[in-house]
Amino acid sequence: MEPFKTMTAKVAPMNRVNVDTDAIVPARYLKRIERTGWGEFLFYDWAHNSDGKLNGDFVLNKPEYKDAKIMVVGENFGSGSSREHAVWAIAQAGYRALVTSSLADIFHNNCFENGVVPVLVDEDTLNMIMENTETIPGYELTVDLESGEIYDSEGLQAHIGVDKEPEEKDISSSDQQGAGIYSEFVVHRDNEAHQFRSYTLQKGLDEIGRTLQQEDKIDEFETKVRGDLK
Amino acid sequence: MGETMFDKIWDGHVVHREPGQADLIYVDLHLVHEVTSPQAFEGLRMNGRTVRRPDLTIATVDHNVPTTDRTLPIEDPISKKQIDTLSDNVEEFGIPYYGMHSKGQGIVHVIGPEQGYTQPGKVIVCGDSHTSTHGAFGAVAMAIGTSQVEHVLATQTLVMPKMKTMEIRVNNQLPVGVTAKDLILGIIGKIGVNGGVGYAIEFTGEAIRSLSMAGRMTVCNMTIEGGSRVGMIAPDETTFEWMRGRPNVPEGAEFEAIVEEWKDLVTDEDAVYDKVIEIDATELTPYVTWGTNPGMVVPVTDNVPDPSSFATELEQESATRALAYMGLEPGVAMKDILIDRVFIGSCTNSRIEDLRNAAAVIKGRRVSPAVQAMVVPGSFVVKMQAESEGIDKTFEEAGFEWREAGCSMCLGMNPDTLSPQERCASTSNRNFEGRQGKEGRTHLVSPEMAAAAAIEGHFVDIRDWK
Ligand code: SF4
Repeated sequence: MEPFKTMTAKVAPMNRVNVDTDAIVPARYLKRIERTGWGEFLFYDWAHNSDGKLNGDFVLNKPEYKDAKIMVVGENFGSGSSREHAVWAIAQAGYRALVTSSLADIFHNNCFENGVVPVLVDEDTLNMIMENTETIPGYELTVDLESGEIYDSEGLQAHIGVDKEPEEKDISSSDQQGAGIYSEFVVHRDNEAHQFRSYTLQKGLDEIGRTLQQEDKIDEFETKVRGDLK
Repeated sequence: MGETMFDKIWDGHVVHREPGQADLIYVDLHLVHEVTSPQAFEGLRMNGRTVRRPDLTIATVDHNVPTTDRTLPIEDPISKKQIDTLSDNVEEFGIPYYGMHSKGQGIVHVIGPEQGYTQPGKVIVCGDSHTSTHGAFGAVAMAIGTSQVEHVLATQTLVMPKMKTMEIRVNNQLPVGVTAKDLILGIIGKIGVNGGVGYAIEFTGEAIRSLSMAGRMTVCNMTIEGGSRVGMIAPDETTFEWMRGRPNVPEGAEFEAIVEEWKDLVTDEDAVYDKVIEIDATELTPYVTWGTNPGMVVPVTDNVPDPSSFATELEQESATRALAYMGLEPGVAMKDILIDRVFIGSCTNSRIEDLRNAAAVIKGRRVSPAVQAMVVPGSFVVKMQAESEGIDKTFEEAGFEWREAGCSMCLGMNPDTLSPQERCASTSNRNFEGRQGKEGRTHLVSPEMAAAAAIEGHFVDIRDWK
């Protein structure tokens, strides 16, 4: 996974609430066994007319949003099915960040796994960004994970994270990879554990590799707690 | 201070914990199906990794499989490839497999409990959002994405922040004609489709204790539709009796001993949940969804709501869009909505009890000539049981199609789909746009309500339907 530090990019709006993953990738396209090639299925039934032709009225098909890399979306985005295909489609259609006030749990997790940055902001900030995206041609945002902020050239500036004042923390002592400062940018509700995920995103680490470094602890759990180490 | 059942199970599975970071927790049971696993197995191969505990993993095919004659070849080559890929993968990595022709095949959330793998106190995961179903036994059961499937395959652990806890206490008894399905639809209508985000929900109270295991599974199954990936119910005598004698469950003295351990799992009396919601079961009715998410639901006696009756502009817009998609006008009585199809099935309502209840309603009657109705048992075992009780005949004589086990029209990955604009009374869990087929229109109801709707050609209030 590519590390993500900071990015300035054009924004596309998906101004609906409770968008479910069946809408993001309809089930009938989930039969493919590959991990790539999902971009073309993004919002398939909204992006296409009944005859299968591209729907020019669908917001993400509009030429002004063609090269957007950030999508601003309504609350509880990604609800429903756990299909990670939904995040693959978003990532492979070229989006690297989603700005919203809340994401569905499983989808939120899947974003971290695929380098799609879930940028959670408070509702007022979300409304402002949504409005700017819909009204200002070529509107761009900067997502800066190092400072934990999001800003534009219109004067908007906000901390990333909801329900909590951001602060910087030094975790170098508990960090096996020797990284320094990271910021509380994706506080999920008040669940601090998501900080760890933000760190992984910035570094682009392989989580399985990281866990396998702790294999002795898994062995120990199987020996002592389960009594069935193989 | 005491601990909740969720805390006890979760904390008992922590392999590694550091302050401010997600926990590394051990997984006792990993369920695998064909749709969310191929990329995970491919990832293992690409990185030269293997499956750490194939003995704690089981796999089945459910989403793609045809529900018609299985001796015929699968027509869709891409479906076939996905199914073949799983059988190749389980063979390569030595994973127990309930394949398409196995006597244990079925929807993953039906066969886990049925085969005795689902047990109290376990941490259970599956690359499928309805994994919450297994929480009905007092397990921490949750959905994971495909990257996490790969992580669990490789390490038998999961990196996951611990959730907060919510108690949903359902006081008093459900009225006659109001089912577990109505109970959970009523709860989602109340808390909304994101009311449970970030929480593990424990359902408690008199109405919950009175539910059968099938009913408890229906409730926990749809917890995810309220935004929570974990739903659970404390194990009790109902649970133990249901489990006794199943395959993969200890027998004799060993069973009695493990039951004693399971009894200790329940939430301590002085434990505190992060949030508590109380519901009065006597206020619940049979429900029908009118919109495009499970929170868009009203009592069957109500009318289709007017979008202007919603509080916020966003809600009004969603309601307007939902009604346009559903082809409904505000103010129309739910009971006057005509249906084209009926689907009785899915991991929410395809167990033997569900089929018995639906069959009892329609016995000796005929499906409306305007309706095409089908029953898809949740597993091969359920199907055999139903056939031994003559339930298949009751359905067939009424004009229902009787099919092989699988997910079927719950999500329409196989040929069982709605055509555009077709309207369906469905016992499944999601009424999202396109869920049962492109441009199809889904109304979620209980098995009894679906069966009665099939007979009448429109929704009826099961409480006074004769
Ligand atoms: S029956 Fe429906 S909800 Fe259940 S696992 Fe299958 S597709 Fe998912």
